[in-house]
Amino acid sequence: MGTFIPNTNKQRDEMLGDIGLNGMDDLFRDLPSRCIYNDMLDIPKGLSEIEVVESITKISKKNKVFDKILRGAGSYNHYIPTTVPSIASKEEFLTAYTPYQGEISQGILQSIFEYQTMICEITGMQYSNASVYDGATAAAEAINMCVDKKHDNVLIAETVDKRIIDTIYTYNLGKNININIIPMKDGELDKNALKDMIGDDSACLLIQQPNYYGILEDVDNIESVVHNAGVKLIMSCYPTSLGLLKTPGEYGADIAVGDGQPLGLDVAYGGPYLGFMATKKSMFRKLPGRIVGQTVDCNDNKGYVLTLQAREQHIRREKAGSNICSNQAHCALKIAIYLSTLGKEGFKEVAIQCASKAAYLQNELSKIGLNLVYKKSYFNEFVVKCKNRDDILKRLEENNILGGLPLDNDKILWCVTELIKKEDMDKVVNIVKEVNDELDI
Amino acid sequence: MSLIFDKSVENRKNIIFPKCDVEINLPDSPKRVKAAKLPEVSEIDISRHYTYLSKRVHGVNSGFYPLGSCTMKYNPKISEQLASLEGFTKIHPLQPKETTIGCEEVIERLKNYLCKITGMDEMSLQPAAGAHGELTGMLLIKAYHMHRGDDNRKEIIVPDSAHGTNPASAVMAGFDIINIKSNENGMIDIDDLKENIGEKTAGLMLTNPNTLGIFDTNILEITNLVHEAGGLCYYDGANLNAIMGRARPGDMGFDVTHLNLHKTFSTPHGGGGPGSGPCGCKTFLKDYLPDTSNEKSIGRVIGYYGNFLVIVKALTYIMTIGAEGIKNASENAVLNANYMKAKLDNILPTAYKGMCMHEFVVSLEKLKNNTGVTALDFSKALLDYNIHPPTMYFPMTVHEALMIEPTETESKETLDEAIDIIKEIYNTALDDSDAIKNSPISTPVGRLDEVYAARKAVLRHEFEA
Repeated sequence: MGTFIPNTNKQRDEMLGDIGLNGMDDLFRDLPSRCIYNDMLDIPKGLSEIEVVESITKISKKNKVFDKILRGAGSYNHYIPTTVPSIASKEEFLTAYTPYQGEISQGILQSIFEYQTMICEITGMQYSNASVYDGATAAAEAINMCVDKKHDNVLIAETVDKRIIDTIYTYNLGKNININIIPMKDGELDKNALKDMIGDDSACLLIQQPNYYGILEDVDNIESVVHNAGVKLIMSCYPTSLGLLKTPGEYGADIAVGDGQPLGLDVAYGGPYLGFMATKKSMFRKLPGRIVGQTVDCNDNKGYVLTLQAREQHIRREKAGSNICSNQAHCALKIAIYLSTLGKEGFKEVAIQCASKAAYLQNELSKIGLNLVYKKSYFNEFVVKCKNRDDILKRLEENNILGGLPLDNDKILWCVTELIKKEDMDKVVNIVKEVNDELDI
Repeated sequence: MSLIFDKSVENRKNIIFPKCDVEINLPDSPKRVKAAKLPEVSEIDISRHYTYLSKRVHGVNSGFYPLGSCTMKYNPKISEQLASLEGFTKIHPLQPKETTIGCEEVIERLKNYLCKITGMDEMSLQPAAGAHGELTGMLLIKAYHMHRGDDNRKEIIVPDSAHGTNPASAVMAGFDIINIKSNENGMIDIDDLKENIGEKTAGLMLTNPNTLGIFDTNILEITNLVHEAGGLCYYDGANLNAIMGRARPGDMGFDVTHLNLHKTFSTPHGGGGPGSGPCGCKTFLKDYLPDTSNEKSIGRVIGYYGNFLVIVKALTYIMTIGAEGIKNASENAVLNANYMKAKLDNILPTAYKGMCMHEFVVSLEKLKNNTGVTALDFSKALLDYNIHPPTMYFPMTVHEALMIEPTETESKETLDEAIDIIKEIYNTALDDSDAIKNSPISTPVGRLDEVYAARKAVLRHEFEA
């Protein structure tokens, strides 16, 4: 069996002897006998390194790795530059704890400071925290920033990913908060319903841009309704789209959140991802979790520390705004490396390619009768109606292609990233046509 | 100490994407006007920048890291390698179920092992960190009482020595906090508990061994009292590394628990995350777990299935060391802590007497009174010896506290060296306290002004106009 304990039996005996004990049992002699677990744990015996590598590799092969992924819906298969895994795997970054001791943590602190700056830049907001768990929990935390005793009514667009909405419900299970879902109309938020439902007790509206169905919401008009009512606007964004589209900052949103996964993190069966959170000046002291700030050392040299800690649980305990302690720091490092590698131009380029390629596929599909369900402006995801939905997806699978996400009533939510070539899309269209032709005879 | 932005040169770039192979066709929606000022750097700039930064970080691989309560054990390479297998990293979370059998096997296996280790019956791997697991567990308790129509149970009892996340998590789940005292042995004051327990008690949050590294020997009486009052018992798994294979929270009367895979199961902390904080419970609570389709379920606590790659690493660790290795890990963690404690006892006595578990808390109050050297000064002096300081000023019940947790992956040589260094610093403090107060002297920066940082709140780089 493998072990990571360096001490030999001889050393152990020496140490026990040194402190006047006869054996390991003595170390646990204070435990009440009724608490002692006398059996050997019912888990398998340990294995050598070679055996574990073989065993886990075998398990991994039970999964199907698709050559091409045209499914998004919250998790996006973008290209990850080689710099990201290579640099992020430096052991110092990987094996450090939260940078409490600033003098020996400048590397991590500075990388987070740079990450915070980049998040501000891509969202157009002024302040960012050091990350939370994922896009869903970021949205839940953002809502928590807006709610107070007079404003306990939370508005959420129906067009937000259901997984995010579900997470928000869970987060508020024990609180006296009303959550109201603003219905959708033709694939986007129904602005008339919003006008009806917004009120004096409304704390905030959460929208998703592009929304779950890929559609770009009319944020300009939503924003004016929301702000005229004195309500906060939270935008959950697909960060890749911000290389091209108007930012939450430019729209005047109060808080921008989202999942950072598309920025250099593997799809990895759903995690680890990263929740980014950015806000404007009037609200930054309400941000949850770690925040890095610039300071000086005793010799007046520039340095970085964890700051504004008086907001946090380890100081404020039950009065803290959030309980978050560990975040997704290493994912933040990867995102900073990703954004540095793409740079100003690359960040724009990836957005342009995603949008253009999605437009190509949508157009090609429409030529064979798979029409848009909602004729609205979209980024890189769109919903089409297709009668042989399951057969089509199955056939694509057989061709090592993960097709779009099946939705109810014979709909498919397609997603195209820069990793999908024109020839791949042509192949997809041919397969769809082939299946339809076969079944319609 | 230049920022990546300072290295930016207009039009410098890396070629990552081929030319777009379809016609450029953009949505008819508002575009961003101002481009994001991301750095324009080449690969060598990035490589050197992060290499430079990595030299300014102390990781477990850099040196001894006895940061109490954080269980900074060695992070095996095998776990990293296996978590980067394509068969895991390239799996979309919304793939058809029959194509993710391997991922599900990883999850089910780990759940099963963690249940066996903790004495729980069911487990959810959704929570992404310890505090997230606490919130999940607290919501389980909330939902349990709500479904029974027991709506008055609004209080969670938390000892004064608890981690700050405990009360913060309970409040997020909508509970009020009742703080109770520790007795002269650092254990729960049973009389105080009895006084505060009653019809409003929803539950108790406890870590055992507690944050002083002491196993609360009254644990069965404590959990029994809570149950008799109609409350549930929550086990904070932060200190599980002390007792694996020797005792199980499930056998101590706990109903719900969370674990920290990034502590006990050797997955790296990554400079603050990602972690993983599975939440386990007894059978009568399983319908409330986040990832069941049961109508009683509290609902999901995260977008998908949790920090999956961290879960792969923890499984790798458990499969490598096995049942016996799990027990050995705890035994050696406790041995290393007691060894250090005994060797330091004459200069840095522990606040409470008796055997410790995997960590111990010393008080520097006497040293401070004699020399003016504080726990903070002492910690900063350790930096000059390439040792990460212990957790400082925690638990709050001990003055000038240093909480030392060596973990089982440190050798006797490392412990002996650290003991000598601590003694040397102690002696220097007596002879020349200014030398300690002026430390560190060898780190990339000196002591940092935290007050200045909070006052100025410079939280991002500002570009020149």
